[in-house]
Amino acid sequence: MPVTPRPGPRSGPETINEISYPRILRCGDRAIGIEFSDTVSEAANLKVLSLDASLAAEPIDGILETIPTYRSLTVIYDPKTVRGASLGEQLLQRAAQDAAAPDTGRLLEFPVFYGGEHQADFDEIAELKNTTAADVIALHSSAEYRVYMIGFAPGFAYLGGLPEILHTPRLAVPRQRIEAGAIGIGGRQSSINSVPGPSGWRFIGRTPFKLFDPARTEAFLLKAGDRITFRSIDIDEARELDEKVAAGTAELKEIAR
Amino acid sequence: MKALLSIHRSGPLMSVQDGGRYGFRARGVSTSGAMDRDAHAIANALVSNEPGAAAIEFALIGGAFTADRDVLVAVTGGRCAIDIAGKAVATWESHLLKAGETLTIGALRGAVWGYLAISGGITIPEVLGSRSTHLRTAVGGLDGRVIASGDILPLGETGKLKSRMLGTPYLRGNAPIAVIPGPQDDYFDESAWKTFLRQPYRTTTSRDRMAMVLDGPALSALKGHDIVSDATVVGSIQVPGSGKPIVLTADGQTTGGYPKIATIVSFDLARLAQLPAGQDFMFRAISADMAEEQAIHAQDRLSAVIGGLKKKKG
Repeated sequence: MPVTPRPGPRSGPETINEISYPRILRCGDRAIGIEFSDTVSEAANLKVLSLDASLAAEPIDGILETIPTYRSLTVIYDPKTVRGASLGEQLLQRAAQDAAAPDTGRLLEFPVFYGGEHQADFDEIAELKNTTAADVIALHSSAEYRVYMIGFAPGFAYLGGLPEILHTPRLAVPRQRIEAGAIGIGGRQSSINSVPGPSGWRFIGRTPFKLFDPARTEAFLLKAGDRITFRSIDIDEARELDEKVAAGTAELKEIAR
Repeated sequence: MKALLSIHRSGPLMSVQDGGRYGFRARGVSTSGAMDRDAHAIANALVSNEPGAAAIEFALIGGAFTADRDVLVAVTGGRCAIDIAGKAVATWESHLLKAGETLTIGALRGAVWGYLAISGGITIPEVLGSRSTHLRTAVGGLDGRVIASGDILPLGETGKLKSRMLGTPYLRGNAPIAVIPGPQDDYFDESAWKTFLRQPYRTTTSRDRMAMVLDGPALSALKGHDIVSDATVVGSIQVPGSGKPIVLTADGQTTGGYPKIATIVSFDLARLAQLPAGQDFMFRAISADMAEEQAIHAQDRLSAVIGGLKKKKG
C-alpha cells in the first residue's frame, strides 16, 4: 500500500522550528528543486547560478533542463534515468562542494528613452516620490542592476538593484498590454519587458533593444547573472536605434565582463 | 511536391502542437505541446507519424478540412462524430482522406482536447526546436496564433496509406487525481491539507492551454500567498489569495509568485485536463518515489498501445 505522504520534514538538513538551507523540494515526478533561501539575496542567487554552472560543466545523468531562479534551482529529469531521491542527494552534495568563483556575468548598457508612451506612469512616480523627472532618470540610470532570473515570459528579465527610493507598489488593476522593451518597476523589483502582454507593474520608459527575438541567431539577449546599467537617450536616438534593431545592426554595448 | 491541408471551418483554440518545446524554460519559454500528450502521440502513430509530429489540437469543437493529396487522418482525444465526404467514420483509428474530400469533425463528448493527425505531419517551420504554438507569447505554430478558417498548412511526405486501429485498448480510469505534495506544502497547515485531500474540487470554464482554475473549498496558506518567485512546472498547483487552486498546464508560465501546494503527477495531468467543466473530482497524495514508478509504467503502457496498433481489414 502506498503511504500517503504528509506535509512536513523534507530531505536535507532541517530542524523542526527553523528551516536550514539548502533543502530539497519535490516538484512532481519529473522535477526537483534545491532551495538556498526564502528571500531575495545576491548571495543565495550566486549559489544558485554557481550550482547551475557546475551542472552545465559536469552534468548529472538524467537531468533534462535546469531553471535557476532568485533563490532556488529547479531541475527537470527523466525518472527512467535518475530517481528524484538520488538526484536530490546528488544536488545537495554538489552544492556543498567548494564552488568555483561564480561568474560575475557581463556588464551591459541599455539605452532607455524615459517617459514617451510611459509618460503617465513616469510622472506619477516622480509625483509619488516628490521629486523631479530629471531626478527619477538620474536615480534609475545611476544604479547597477543584476539579472536575478529570466522567467514568466520568454527572455523576461527580473532585475535586482533598484534604488530604494524608486520602490513603488504594483497597480491594483493590471493593464492589458505593455509593449516589449518597457522598463518596469514592481515593488522592490525592476524588469525589462520581453514580449507584449498584460502587466500590473509601472513603467517609466523603453529600450529599443529586444530581449527576445526568435528570428535572431541568439534568441535571448540576457541570462541570469548578467549586470545592467541604463543610459538615458532622447527621442532621436531612440528612433535611430529602433531602425537599427529592426535591420538587425544594433549592438548592445558590453562595458565589461 | 508537398501536400497542403486547408481549413474550411475551425473551432475555438485550434492550434498546431507537437511533442513540446524543450530546453528553454530557463529562458522563460513554456514547454507547450499537446495538452493530452498520449492522445496526440496515438493520433500520430495511427497515421504512421513519429509520436511527436506536429498535429492539430482543438478544444471541444472540431472543424472541416480538405487535403490536396490523398492522406491518412486520425482523430483522438475523446469521442466525437466525424465523417469523410458525408460518411461517418470512427475516432481512434485512421482513415484515408482522398484529395478534395472533406473531413468534418464535430463536438467532443466527455472530453475537452481533441487531436487531428495527418500523415506526414504539419511541416510549418520550427521555432526554438518545436512547431508547437504558445498563444500568449505568439511563439511557434502558425504565426503564433490559433488556426482560423481559410488557413492552409503544409504537410510532410507521406508513406504507404495503410489505415490502422488500436489493438490494445487505451483506457483511463476515474480514480482520484494523484498529486505529489510540494514544493510549498509547508505553507499549508493540517486543516488546509485535510480540505485539499478530502473535499471534492470542480473543473470550471476558466481554463485554457496555460492553466485551469478550480472551484471548491478555499485553501488558506499559513505563511501567506506570496513567495519570492520560483520555478513552476507543468502540473504545478498554485494557490493564490482567493484560495482557489490554479493548475498550470502545457502553456503555463515558467515562474510564479504563488505558493504551490502540490504538483499533479505527470500521468494524471491529461486526465484532469480532459475533464469537462463543472465536473467534481478528488485529489489523492502519493509519494514522489511512487509517482516515478507509476509514471514509468504509464510510459510503458503508451508504448504498448502504440506498438500494438494493427492494420485494418479491407
